[in-house]
Amino acid sequence: MDFKHVKDYIYWLYYQYLLITCSYVLEPWERSMFHTITVTVVAMVVYTAYVFVPIHVRLAFEFFSQIFGGQPESRV
Amino acid sequence: INHVMHNGGLYKRPFNEAFEETPMLVAVLTYVGYGVLTLFGYLRDFMRQWKIEKCQNATEREEQKDFVPLYQDFENFYNRNLYMRIRDSWNRPICSVPGAKVDMMERVSYDYNWTFTYTGRVIKDIINMGSYNYLGFAQNAGTCQEAAAKVLSQYGAGVCSTRQEMGNLDKHEELEKLVARFLGVESAMAYGMGFATNSMNIPALVGKGCLILSDELNHASLVLGARLSGATIRIFKHNNMQSLEKLLKDAIVHGQPRTRRPWKKILILVEGIYSMEGSIVRLPEVIALKKKYKSYLYLDEAHSIGALGPSGRGVVEYFGLSPEDVDVMMGTFTKSFGAAGGYIGGKKELIDYLRTYSHSAVYATSLSPPVVEQIITSMKCIMGEDGTTVGKARVQQLAENTRYFRRRLKEMGFIIYGNEDSPVVPLMLYMPAKIGAFGREMLKRNIGVVVVGFPATPIIESRARFCLSAAHTREMLDTALKEINEVGDLLQLKYSRHRLVPLLDRPFDETTYEETED
Repeated sequence: MDFKHVKDYIYWLYYQYLLITCSYVLEPWERSMFHTITVTVVAMVVYTAYVFVPIHVRLAFEFFSQIFGGQPESRV
Repeated sequence: INHVMHNGGLYKRPFNEAFEETPMLVAVLTYVGYGVLTLFGYLRDFMRQWKIEKCQNATEREEQKDFVPLYQDFENFYNRNLYMRIRDSWNRPICSVPGAKVDMMERVSYDYNWTFTYTGRVIKDIINMGSYNYLGFAQNAGTCQEAAAKVLSQYGAGVCSTRQEMGNLDKHEELEKLVARFLGVESAMAYGMGFATNSMNIPALVGKGCLILSDELNHASLVLGARLSGATIRIFKHNNMQSLEKLLKDAIVHGQPRTRRPWKKILILVEGIYSMEGSIVRLPEVIALKKKYKSYLYLDEAHSIGALGPSGRGVVEYFGLSPEDVDVMMGTFTKSFGAAGGYIGGKKELIDYLRTYSHSAVYATSLSPPVVEQIITSMKCIMGEDGTTVGKARVQQLAENTRYFRRRLKEMGFIIYGNEDSPVVPLMLYMPAKIGAFGREMLKRNIGVVVVGFPATPIIESRARFCLSAAHTREMLDTALKEINEVGDLLQLKYSRHRLVPLLDRPFDETTYEETED
């Protein structure tokens, strides 16, 4: 019974996405094209974030801790 | 929070008008939606141009391809690529009298709204929230209908002539005297078509060398009449008295553009209720300005006659003013009287002049007799002269319905534009996909609404417009409100943050008024 609730809610979210991006008024083949493009772009964004964000965060953290800590890191 | 205004005692009752601002996120998402549609529009146009897809809109024949283009492709871009996709919400054929409930013929489209076929089924008893039936006189039974049927059997349906030739019936004279008495003016004249009343009579009143000051959101008939007249037209911001005063001052001080001669006439064009916004004109202030700067006022009461005022006499009675202050009172019989046609009321000299010089009187066929009888009967009913209190009860029912409906919608959290007392209720939708979705969902739930989009409204402010009627009972309104609530939750239309933008008003100072906004 709860599974139906979740399914309805997800369908409602999909309906909101269709309304906001105006794919509600597009024909089925246009809609598939739009979904493909959107999913591709979102996947690329997520992948880029996964690959690059941890490294950048770590470098930024080191940079700022060097300024505020004031102690040079030992090279050994 | 209702913004109450007391402008030096000009207003005898509070003037509550609000236009809540568009939420920023909604505006951005609306533009995103239009962007997606534009891209797909270009793609489809490209496919049509290169014959990958069959072109179903009008194009020239093969032999004419080398000629000067007949159809401006880019102007119809919006029409082809958005309007066509959601076209099933408009031009719906109804097959019964458009009263509080209406029957509609069902249609389906198998090629995405380029063509429609009727399934043959009739959808019955749809609650009608779209007809301009303010006092409920659109009926096919009752005293109005009986009187009209009697006149039809006596005079027939056609008049076959213009007013000046053989089309002036005694019914028309009776109607005009009645209209003059109803409005409280000296004399009135009736025309066959409301649009033609405006567009054909403004050219008769003003010409070259005159100035027309017209509200931003005036109806197409007023704009057409103003342009046809050849006068100079200047626009002031919607219902904004500071803007109007600035224009009047400039006109008096600087005169005509090159020669600096004084203007022959200055005519202010306003409407009683603006049907797209639901706002009511600030008539006391307009009249005060008109008297100060000695100009003339043309008031188009198409939607407000019969709908405002304690006894239905329109916006002049609503504000408690005298009809003699308005120089030209124009209105239509289409909305509150359940008939067709328009009228102009004013001083006797003005109406006698219009009888000779109006284009509509000379060239247009006069009103049809059964229609005239419908107007006469309904007007007598509103005035109470038929011996019953039906008219007064209807006017009061409309006012109650208006207040109730607007209050409930605001409480639910929708953004509603306009004045608290106007029976026209615009509910903001904003996003283009929601225009089509709202129309369809409401029809599924047996409620007929009118949704409005781009050319009639600014591009992001699309809306659904409800027209309340005295024929709507409390139960019908409750049903409608319940369905609107459901659809509002389904489509996420409850944008209001209950933060009403305070109206930009400053106290009207008769003597020194330097502060103006540009």
